[in-house]
Amino acid sequence: MNLDFSDDQKMLKDQARKVLSEKSPPGANRAVLEGTAPYDAKLWAQVGELGWLGCAIPEAYGGLGLGYLELCVIAEELGRAIAPVPVSSSIYLAAEAILRLGTEEQKQAHLPRLAAGEVVGTLALAEGVGVPRPERLETRLEGGRLTGRKIAVPDGLGAGLAVVAAREGQGVSIALVDLSEKGVGRAAERSIDPSRKSATLTFEGARAERLGPAGEGWAELQAVLSRAAVLVAFEQVGGADACLAIARDYALSRYAFGRLIGSFQAIKHKLADMYTHTELARSNAYYAAWALSTDAPELPLAAASARVSASHAFDYAAKEMLQTLGGMGITWEADGHLYLRRAAGLRLLLGAPRGWKERLVRELERRNAA
Amino acid sequence: MNFDDTPEEAAFRAEARDWLARTAPKFVTPGPDEADDAREAAYIRRAKAWQAAKAEGGYAAITWPKEFGGRGGRPIEQVIYSQEERRYSVPSGPFQIGLGMCVPTVMTWGDDAARKRFVGPAVRGEEIWCQLFSEPAAGSDLAGIRTRSEKKGDEWIVNGQKVWTSGAHYSDWGILVTRSDPSQPKHKGLTFFYLDMKSPGVEVRPIQQIWGGANFNEVYFNDVRIPDSQRFGAPGEGWKVALTMLMHERLAISAGQVTTDVKDFFELAGEIELETGPALENAAVREQIADWYVRSEGLKFTTYRALTALSRGETPGPEGSIGKVVSAPQLQALGTLGMDLGDMAGGLTEEDVAPLKAAFQRAYLFAPGLRIAGGTDEILRNIVAERVLGLPPDIRVDKSVAFNELPVGR
Ligand SMILES: Cc1cc2nc3c(=O)[nH]c(=O)nc-3n(C[C@H](O)[C@H](O)[C@H](O)COP(=O)(O)OP(=O)(O)OC[C@H]3O[C@@H](n4cnc5c(N)ncnc54)[C@H](O)[C@@H]3O)c2cc1C
Repeated sequence: MNLDFSDDQKMLKDQARKVLSEKSPPGANRAVLEGTAPYDAKLWAQVGELGWLGCAIPEAYGGLGLGYLELCVIAEELGRAIAPVPVSSSIYLAAEAILRLGTEEQKQAHLPRLAAGEVVGTLALAEGVGVPRPERLETRLEGGRLTGRKIAVPDGLGAGLAVVAAREGQGVSIALVDLSEKGVGRAAERSIDPSRKSATLTFEGARAERLGPAGEGWAELQAVLSRAAVLVAFEQVGGADACLAIARDYALSRYAFGRLIGSFQAIKHKLADMYTHTELARSNAYYAAWALSTDAPELPLAAASARVSASHAFDYAAKEMLQTLGGMGITWEADGHLYLRRAAGLRLLLGAPRGWKERLVRELERRNAA
Repeated sequence: MNFDDTPEEAAFRAEARDWLARTAPKFVTPGPDEADDAREAAYIRRAKAWQAAKAEGGYAAITWPKEFGGRGGRPIEQVIYSQEERRYSVPSGPFQIGLGMCVPTVMTWGDDAARKRFVGPAVRGEEIWCQLFSEPAAGSDLAGIRTRSEKKGDEWIVNGQKVWTSGAHYSDWGILVTRSDPSQPKHKGLTFFYLDMKSPGVEVRPIQQIWGGANFNEVYFNDVRIPDSQRFGAPGEGWKVALTMLMHERLAISAGQVTTDVKDFFELAGEIELETGPALENAAVREQIADWYVRSEGLKFTTYRALTALSRGETPGPEGSIGKVVSAPQLQALGTLGMDLGDMAGGLTEEDVAPLKAAFQRAYLFAPGLRIAGGTDEILRNIVAERVLGLPPDIRVDKSVAFNELPVGR
């Protein structure tokens, strides 16, 4: 029985935590949140140099070829630091899609640049408010040209490369678009978490290559989302842990009614619950990490569990952390809302938990039928 | 990461599995019917025989030293054995309190003679132990006990009442905490003993529980004499001994954690029709299944993390302490929604009508006790907050006041 990371992986994690506590304090998140830059370029360059982006990308494509467990520990630290860099869009989503679906040529062309952080990738799926469904997609891929409009594209403002779900014939294909191509429009969006700048992308006959077989992209896309869910779960666990630490510090320094607020049971039990939800999420995430790293058949179920559990943990921790801070937490100036925003951002990034619960039960039904 | 045994663990598992396959089927028993004395007595007899067989096979006390009838094994081996044993419905309940908390306390606090006298018979299933801690006025606040002990020569005279004592009616020995000096603050002035449950003046009266059984008891002490040699720790220092025991209790509880099984509910939802069609197709039902599943899995893998530590010979982290706070309320919720799905007939406890032989109705009545026994939900949250997160202890008004000057209520 070994449901834990190795010593080397833990060392990598410690190193990541150290680097990020210095290079990505809450102020870094705030600078992006309040500014117009799409992300923290200095931090991004650093993250690229450290090799984190290429951690799970094979050496043949410019990565370090370490593996997914290594990427998981880094993800947890990025989450803890609410780092204002587009790792999830570029690596968990875009690079994963190319790695899984791309031809040798496509991998050679794009993965080294993604691994080095020379280009930011993203995945464009939503076209409106509500759940995206294959038969409702209006974006079309025809003869190597992409036409349509995508909204809420994560990190879309800074992305140079997009993986786009589009209809092709009767099915859905996945298109790969260089966003500097002619016919690509981009508009900044306001969103709940402006520390990651999402954007509306419009395509008017923009040149695009197909990723994977024609018309069979939807199932592939779900597989990519599943894999990303594991990594995002680690970011969420890190975020939840950070909220607990903030709430605990405050509870141990703020006095009311002549005593530390941390001595009130209502606060103690709230923090105990934050701890409980976060540990449950961590355990689910560890299992999903195992499934991801071994490409186990359990992955879809494990990933859905990790996503549901971690989304809940971060949501709960962020809200109750704010509650613990009292009026202070409601100010723009205090950092509490940076976490509240990130919790919502990550919760919605791959689709809301409701849909993942549905996936989870469908997986259980499938398992039961088998 | 992997879920495999190490070669030594695999060898131990194979050996245990083989031994169980040869031995356990003979002892498989339906649960005790606590409402029926004759059936309960038969159950206890079988439990003793099963425990004796385990001792004979070397599986009764895997982590205990050989000199005490143990196997001298590692904690992970105990876990592996328990995992394997769980495949058989063998009667091991009556020994959990004794082997889980009482006898370890004897091993820590007793002298050589006491260890020699008691450990072996407990391991071999010859003697059953109970824990005489809680009283009408002292449960979570255990140090509030009032049962009096007074020293007379070489003996102590005990008067008072214990309550909720599981298994007292079939126990041979009991672990007892008493107040020897009420003029001291409550945590001082306690004295700790073990005693023969057949001692003159001990009266055991079963109490019926809400699910119908009568497994716990009131225990009255009327001038019960306990030899001074049966005292653990110094007079007035009983709290220290009690803490050892509570520590073992927590370990025993986190090891024997009840895992609520969502599978049963899933099965039920597949069979029931709602106004919208099969319950399993109902969005609210599906969402609930997912939430429960995720929590059960979270607990399961939290246990796996602890096992990882044990397997490496390390001490598990504090995350193990979240188990019961999650599983007991979830079992309660499962029981509730399980009945809800039965709608107007959902309350029927007729085993031939109620799905899964009325498992949901039973869970509904059994879960409240789980939320109380061995530390209430509230006390466990306090423990996580204080021991894991380092938050301040509750403010107390009773710490430095003489016990007999404290206010009392119901
Ligand atoms: C099935 C079962 C088996 C048992 N077996 C045994 C046994 O074998 N031996 C034995 O000695 N005892 C046994 N007990 C007793 C058990 O340990 C106590 O019931 C338990 O510790 C709670 O004590 P109480 O019942 O006095 O409730 P109380 O302590 O009076 O609690 C009442 C309520 O107040 C809350 N409360 C109390 N203190 C605090 C606090 N500081 N902060 C917040 N809330 C608080 C509790 O959480 C609870 O909700 C058993 C109980 C059950 C249900």
